[in-house]
Amino acid sequence: MSEDKTEISSKEAWGGGVSPVKTSYGKQMMWFFLVSDALTFGALLTALGFMKHKFEDVWPLCEDVFYHFPGTHTHLPLMYVALMTFILIVSSVTMVMAVEAGHRLDKNGVIKWLAATVVGGLIFLGSQAWEWDTFIRGNEAQSTAFILPSDNENVAHVRFADDHHIFNESGEINPVELAIEAINSGEATLELANRTTVSNSDAIKFLKNNAEQVQGANMKKNEYGLPLYANFFFCITGFHGFHVFSGVLFNLIILVQVMKGTYDKRGHFEMIEKTGLYWHFIDLVWVFVFTFFYLI
Amino acid sequence: MERDDLIKDNEYALSAHHSEEEGSAVRSKVVKVTIILSLLTFVEVCMGVWLSDRGAFTWQMVKWGFIIMTAIKAGLIVMEFMHLGHEKKALKWLVLAPYIGFILYLAFICLTEATYIFTVGGGN
Repeated sequence: MSEDKTEISSKEAWGGGVSPVKTSYGKQMMWFFLVSDALTFGALLTALGFMKHKFEDVWPLCEDVFYHFPGTHTHLPLMYVALMTFILIVSSVTMVMAVEAGHRLDKNGVIKWLAATVVGGLIFLGSQAWEWDTFIRGNEAQSTAFILPSDNENVAHVRFADDHHIFNESGEINPVELAIEAINSGEATLELANRTTVSNSDAIKFLKNNAEQVQGANMKKNEYGLPLYANFFFCITGFHGFHVFSGVLFNLIILVQVMKGTYDKRGHFEMIEKTGLYWHFIDLVWVFVFTFFYLI
Repeated sequence: MERDDLIKDNEYALSAHHSEEEGSAVRSKVVKVTIILSLLTFVEVCMGVWLSDRGAFTWQMVKWGFIIMTAIKAGLIVMEFMHLGHEKKALKWLVLAPYIGFILYLAFICLTEATYIFTVGGGN
């Protein structure tokens, strides 16, 4: 924090040996790497924005997709993702604390906070694995989503008035028949991908025209809506998750080095700052993913 | 390029040392930033859950609210956690100016084009 106020002549600064931006080579390069990595994520999120605007009327709402919470059957839209965001923010904070301890040359402080950061990263990775698992299997035991060839292959949902699911009872009866039965008896209605509810006769016409039940998600089809929706989910959260994974790895390596006393010998803990920058960047990207994938 | 961070008396890294008092000032600031970040996330989730079915205009306003809150969160993370706000001005703008300029242009052009495609019915 102690700002170096001494002026250096431009000749000296650009002639070599002196950094014009008063940081070490490694830290500058970490910043430039992060800018380029941020461009990659920026491109992914912009592509997502493009598709969201292009398919504005049929893009699934994340409140209808991510409403599960481990250990409960209550409808808690986006709460789990919010918890994941909070976990990542907290692990960013423990990283700042590690850097701060490094500035005081407090080796034990660095070890304590860096270990906490690694744990936070692992918890986040575990949460993401659970979320992927739920997304791929599907939210309910039996999906009430159908791909309608007569509606541009879009996904329609059978919505029950009293929130129960007929499809739970048997796997032997054709799910399309079950859906038609439910609509005929007035228990349920059919909601098209563009969020309009169609009349019962239209609903049955749509379902009878080769409708296909779809469960969970893969790269080709999913129960939530457009195939692109799942593709973007896998691509963006997967790429981010890979960054978290490598971040945890870097932090672990640095943690071992701190324990071995490498940075005591060097007289400074600047390496913590550099991996810290990478770790905060992961948190920063997640803030954008959270807003632009889940919320908007 | 010589690895200047391996040299024991690297002046840039050494200038980052601070005392016990300065340290506690940093820590209390970090706690403040954390509280703001968590509160903003909480407000965002509440808005997303309860204001999503209040009509197109409200939702449009909520979306702009999300973008503003995200910008504030990003600013806090970059300026405080990543310490960029306290670096030399040259480094700060070396990082921020090209990125912000490029990404704003990219987002603007892509969203404008996508909205046009949706309007002319190319979406489905």
